[in-house]
Amino acid sequence: MNPELVQSPRDRAGAGWQAAAIAVAALVLMPVLALGLFALQGSPGLWAHLISNVLPVAVQQTVILLLGVGIIVATLGTVTAWLVASCDFPGRRFFGWALLLPLAVPTYIVAYAYLDLLHPVGPVQGAIRHLLGYSSPREFRLPDIRSMPGCIFLLGMVLYPYVYLPVRALFAMQAGNLLDAGRTLGAGPVATFLRVTLPLARPAVAIGTALALMEAMNDIGAAEFLGVRTLTVSVYSTWINRSDLPGAAQIALAMLAIIMALVLLERRGRKRQRYAAGAQRSQPLRRTRLRGWRTLGAMLVCALPIMLGFVAPACYLVAAAWSRYRFAGLSPRILEEAANTAFFAVVATLVALLLGLVVTGAARLRPGLLTQSMARLSTLGYAVPGTILAIGLLPVIALVDRQISAVSQTLFGAAPGLLLLGSGAALIYAYAARFLAIATGGIEAGLSRVPRSLDHVARTLGRNPVQVFRQVHVPISRPALAASGLLIFVDCVKELPATLLLRPLNFETLSTHLYGEAARGTYEDAAIAALIIVVIGILPVMVLARTIRR
Amino acid sequence: MRVGLSGLIGALLAAQAMAASAEELNLYTTREPNLIEPLLASFTESTGVKVNTIFLKDGMAERVEQEGAASPADVLMTVDIGNLVDLADRGLTQPVQSEALSAAIPENLRDKDGNWFALSQRARVLYANKDLDLTSFTYEDLAKPEWKGKVCIRSGQHPYNVALTASYIVHHGEEAAKTWLEGVKANLARKAGGGDRDVARDIMGGICEIGIANSYYVGLMRSGAGGPEQEEWVKAIKVILPTFENGGTQVNVSGAAVAKHAPNRDQAVKLLEYLVSDDAQKLYAEANFEYPVKAGVAVSPVIEDLAGLKADGTDLTEIARQRKAASELAEAVGFDN
Repeated sequence: MNPELVQSPRDRAGAGWQAAAIAVAALVLMPVLALGLFALQGSPGLWAHLISNVLPVAVQQTVILLLGVGIIVATLGTVTAWLVASCDFPGRRFFGWALLLPLAVPTYIVAYAYLDLLHPVGPVQGAIRHLLGYSSPREFRLPDIRSMPGCIFLLGMVLYPYVYLPVRALFAMQAGNLLDAGRTLGAGPVATFLRVTLPLARPAVAIGTALALMEAMNDIGAAEFLGVRTLTVSVYSTWINRSDLPGAAQIALAMLAIIMALVLLERRGRKRQRYAAGAQRSQPLRRTRLRGWRTLGAMLVCALPIMLGFVAPACYLVAAAWSRYRFAGLSPRILEEAANTAFFAVVATLVALLLGLVVTGAARLRPGLLTQSMARLSTLGYAVPGTILAIGLLPVIALVDRQISAVSQTLFGAAPGLLLLGSGAALIYAYAARFLAIATGGIEAGLSRVPRSLDHVARTLGRNPVQVFRQVHVPISRPALAASGLLIFVDCVKELPATLLLRPLNFETLSTHLYGEAARGTYEDAAIAALIIVVIGILPVMVLARTIRR
Repeated sequence: MRVGLSGLIGALLAAQAMAASAEELNLYTTREPNLIEPLLASFTESTGVKVNTIFLKDGMAERVEQEGAASPADVLMTVDIGNLVDLADRGLTQPVQSEALSAAIPENLRDKDGNWFALSQRARVLYANKDLDLTSFTYEDLAKPEWKGKVCIRSGQHPYNVALTASYIVHHGEEAAKTWLEGVKANLARKAGGGDRDVARDIMGGICEIGIANSYYVGLMRSGAGGPEQEEWVKAIKVILPTFENGGTQVNVSGAAVAKHAPNRDQAVKLLEYLVSDDAQKLYAEANFEYPVKAGVAVSPVIEDLAGLKADGTDLTEIARQRKAASELAEAVGFDN
């Protein structure tokens, strides 16, 4: 038989996927390249100034912040996921989805709520003073939350679900028989956890922690409230206070290079490991029933992050929103803003998932340096601070808009104005480019659980690679897909800098509304919008809870 | 089919072009929507011109720049003299000559070629514990050792503080400004950060005794616009108009410019002229507690105690020019660390 005849259909399909993956990566790469062009304009004297005045502190603060947040989210995320997936204790089902709730609250809102609650003139310290018999905060007050430990604590409490979610999704697909094997070989529950469960969970822990850390590093709102000076704050002040966009782009790209290096290093570290279990049907996890103090301990470990990351700020918001509602009622505009928010978030989530499937699919169907590189490139958008990515997107989008405008001017004698910027399509592009990393990472982690032998079986049964992907890979990694979709949706709902910069005239979302009020300091007015953001964020959590419970 | 499609697109475009020619104008603003909405509503009512707005935070200049000749922006509105001068320096504005504008706005508060116009002013004032025995204050005093551990202030990188430091550089030179910043930094009771209102709250909370913040927040807190808690915060402080030893109180401005490629230039000029009318200037004073730029329009009675403002005479563009040096100084002394 002529080998070409056998090869060609598969190759054509594979080549198509490859090309599509390159196109997707290009979408993300373009704004980064635009930043590179800005950076090339040069910023004389910047680095000398940075090295002597800024970097020593900013690097130190960034490293401390990331280490602190990293330890909290990795530990909390993994331990809670493991408890919920492999132990049985009262409230397990409830904790299973409730542990996701902190996702729904934007970090800057949490920071604001805590500052208000824990301030010397706030309710908590007021109550303590009352109990101790002091009358004025000048006589007694607690240490200020506006500090590095405060910032680490708050970010840890809201960002741990980035680890919990993929780890839990992974445990849901986990081969119970591997754990059984560990137990059979004489390892106790703790030893099994350390030597079997944890190594198995590593891809998901790594991806989740990386996402959480990028989120922590690129955060400006909470850091600003809490007085922590990270590198991102330096990028921001270089741009805003000195109108030095080239300088800001240079710092941002340097940070990006470091982040990507770290991510690649971690991937190299587990390159030789294959994570897929054997092809035989995996046993579902058999949960260990906890007893005595262990029950109590498990419940406490699960309840604490929910209380701190969600219940406290949510109660604060409800109280603030209620007092606002009684005072001013509900603005009719807010419903329109909620609809805008939900619509754009849904569309962008679907687009990002689709693009993520293309990139990961290409890497699975045509493994190789090219598709692997495209998969890595597609995650760049998340590693750049949101504001900076938005500034990089601007010239790309505007270029397309200006071209469309010019072409239609010559063809029809009338220009449509700016099509992408004027219609909101720019927002979809921005969200997809920024959050594609979540889709790619999540789906990859899911696919890492699908053994190659399944591919081979399906191929033997006459399926072509694309069919294998559609009929085997996608269905098996559905929990991972759903989990990624949730994260992206919630992130889109909360997204602020790109939404502010790239939206059309007369167009508001909940987060731009919230920002407008917050910028004026009338936070009370913003409480209702903030609460709706949280509620919209909770809805997919509920839906997801059903998907991964099964 | 192709003819049909292009005909349809052509018709759509024509319709859109028609719609754009109706009395409308597009406003890009970094001022908060709630703040300018009353002004715009009253403008539309009196002129029939509809205003489309987009509230932008950072990157307004970049967006207009990238949109180029196709930009729908007619009026660019922002705060801080540095931002206004920046818009003009980047060539995003166009000169406007208008009798009404020249008559209403003092010469030092507008660009001589008409590339930007200040529309309101705010002062950088001292919030002090109301029990302190203090009636006058200079910015230089902030660095005196007697205030060690007693000063609260927002980030040294915030445009309001950058403008204050830039002002200090203009008055005393860069070396002296550095020494001053180091002194202020040494006096801080907590990390520099938060917002201007936090100064009042932190004074009430016993964290500090004095702090520097903008004048209009006093009105916003007193009026109850920020909720009942803020009314409590502001009761804990008294407000003093500080001066430079050899000058007056440091002021900054909010302002606007007509965009270079403004498709509705006439309406844009109309809006600027409206914003310096007595009515609009009064709204600036009453709704946001700013100082009007137009002589004869009073400040809000809510901040009557701040009415005796003696603005520092320094040329605003001079301050804008020192912005970069001021921002770098704040980093050099580790003001926010």
